[in-house]
Amino acid sequence: MSGELPFEMPLAEMRKKIEELEQFGQEKGIDFTDEIARLEERYKRLEEEIYSNISPSQKMHLARHQQRPTSLDLIQLIFTDFIELHGDRLYGDDLAVVGGLAKLNGVPVTVLGQQRGKDTKDNIARFFGSAHPEGFRKALRLMQQADKFRRPIITFIDTKGAYPGNTAEERGQSEAIARNLREMSSLGVPVVCVVIGEGGSGGALAMAVGNRVLMLEHAIYSVISPNGAASILWKDASKADQAAEAMKITAQDLLKMEVIEEIIPEPKGGAHKNYEETAESIRSALLRHLSELSGMDACELKEDRYRKFRKIGEFEVAASEPIEQQDEQDAVL
Amino acid sequence: MFKDLFQKKRKYATIPSERLGTAGQQEGERPKREIPEGLMNKCVKCGTIQYSKELEKNLKVCQECGHHMRLNALERIQMTLDETGFEEFDADMISVDPLQFPGYAVKLEQQKMKSGLREAVITGQGSILGQPVVVAVMSFDFFTGSMGSVVGEKITRAIETATEKRLPLIIFSTSGGARMQESILSLMQMAKTSAALARFNELGGLYISVITDPTTGGVSASFATLGDINIAEPGAVFGFAGRIVIEQTIRQKLPDDFQTAEFNLAHGQLDMVVHRKDMRSTLGKLLDMHAVKGGF
Repeated sequence: MSGELPFEMPLAEMRKKIEELEQFGQEKGIDFTDEIARLEERYKRLEEEIYSNISPSQKMHLARHQQRPTSLDLIQLIFTDFIELHGDRLYGDDLAVVGGLAKLNGVPVTVLGQQRGKDTKDNIARFFGSAHPEGFRKALRLMQQADKFRRPIITFIDTKGAYPGNTAEERGQSEAIARNLREMSSLGVPVVCVVIGEGGSGGALAMAVGNRVLMLEHAIYSVISPNGAASILWKDASKADQAAEAMKITAQDLLKMEVIEEIIPEPKGGAHKNYEETAESIRSALLRHLSELSGMDACELKEDRYRKFRKIGEFEVAASEPIEQQDEQDAVL
Repeated sequence: MFKDLFQKKRKYATIPSERLGTAGQQEGERPKREIPEGLMNKCVKCGTIQYSKELEKNLKVCQECGHHMRLNALERIQMTLDETGFEEFDADMISVDPLQFPGYAVKLEQQKMKSGLREAVITGQGSILGQPVVVAVMSFDFFTGSMGSVVGEKITRAIETATEKRLPLIIFSTSGGARMQESILSLMQMAKTSAALARFNELGGLYISVITDPTTGGVSASFATLGDINIAEPGAVFGFAGRIVIEQTIRQKLPDDFQTAEFNLAHGQLDMVVHRKDMRSTLGKLLDMHAVKGGF
């Protein structure tokens, strides 16, 4: 095992002990079968305990795990015949977003994903999965292409957020995100989005206006990264764990708030422990949702998507009472 | 050398203009209202002291340097709309604390006291130079104009009303971004408002977006940039990510005019930059251009 997170350390230590005991027994020709069985039993109990109580901040670390499967990993496992398509036809090809054609259970679909790098070099080329405007515009181009050819759209969300740089601003980062939000709401084909890792802010949402939004069990989705929130709220980015707890960023929280439709279970310990199992769970969820949506025509799909987002928000209507103000303001109305 | 001597006075009076964070609003906003009540007023940009009454007459634009001071939503409505006939929508809609976020409930009360508003946007129907229009006017002095559920809902309802009544829509934006105390619910308001604009757009409605200082984060990345015509006030900061965040990312100092209205105009993000004194007449002309369809 490798890549354990701090909260998994007790497990790793116990595993090491078991292995040492096995080795020692073999070397010395002593039979430790009973002891090992007992330890394995304890290991299982500890595993159950640790993995059934993963806190929001622990989930944040799981969602960002370097070995967590990326969009391309999952695309290769879930679909067949993936053909990657490139470029926004306006400026360039942003590698932070990947997309193309593929078959899901033999049916052609358009698939898009936000793509983190697998190593440092890859990460630099892909801006750590943070898209520039051309990434969002490539995604939109491919989604509108899907609309033309009546293909369902599947998107994988995995980004810390849109790229915060001067080049992105100069080329209209706000406009690219806003246009995607508007145009995605008008698509006449089924759109299913899956948050597979970190869903960070507007950059995530710009590819997540779906009829169905699903999340992997340990994925997170929030308005601002917990690090960003901590630095604004408490002027201390290292309090990200604290912010993660307060901000309700887990799949479980979002399901409760009716922002997402379903949680897709992960293998014990997280998606990175078993790519195939993760991919299979996503695949069966996608098939189920797409078959439910396949009965709707273009108008119904648009209406369904509109209603999904229209109902989000909590507020109340107060009895009309004047506001007392500290300093006198020249009331103009 | 002599020049330096004369500039000294200005140096003391300058207050560094604040810059905004990315998606969330900045916590450390000024403790007092920008324009303190009283006889005299100081420009935050150049430090020139001028009579409040004169400044009011000049639409809160500094007579010395032309700096457009931030306006409360009520002031903006008074300056821009015809005097009679403004009908406010959803005046009593207020925020709740859906996440039980630490400190949010208290902060909401403070913001009400400070700004005299119930929320960061006022919506309603009025007219400009006699032409009926649905407006949404944001106010930076309420919670840095941040968008939570109420702002999103009021703006969506205003768009829907404009769609139903076939009226043009003008949104005056100013915001530090999505309100992080409502976390994911705030983020979703971006999709909600943009989807409402898609419907309005499909039915041929005219939407003019007026971007005022500052407009960033979740508001700039949703309805504020989706106008058929995008207008900004001179000097208004308009962008997605905050200057400090960008400087940390690229490890370079950005030019002074970065993300200003003029910078955005040069980069093709705006149709025009319009001085406050010309805003009402410009909007009037644009509404007039769209009032008659066909006719040849």
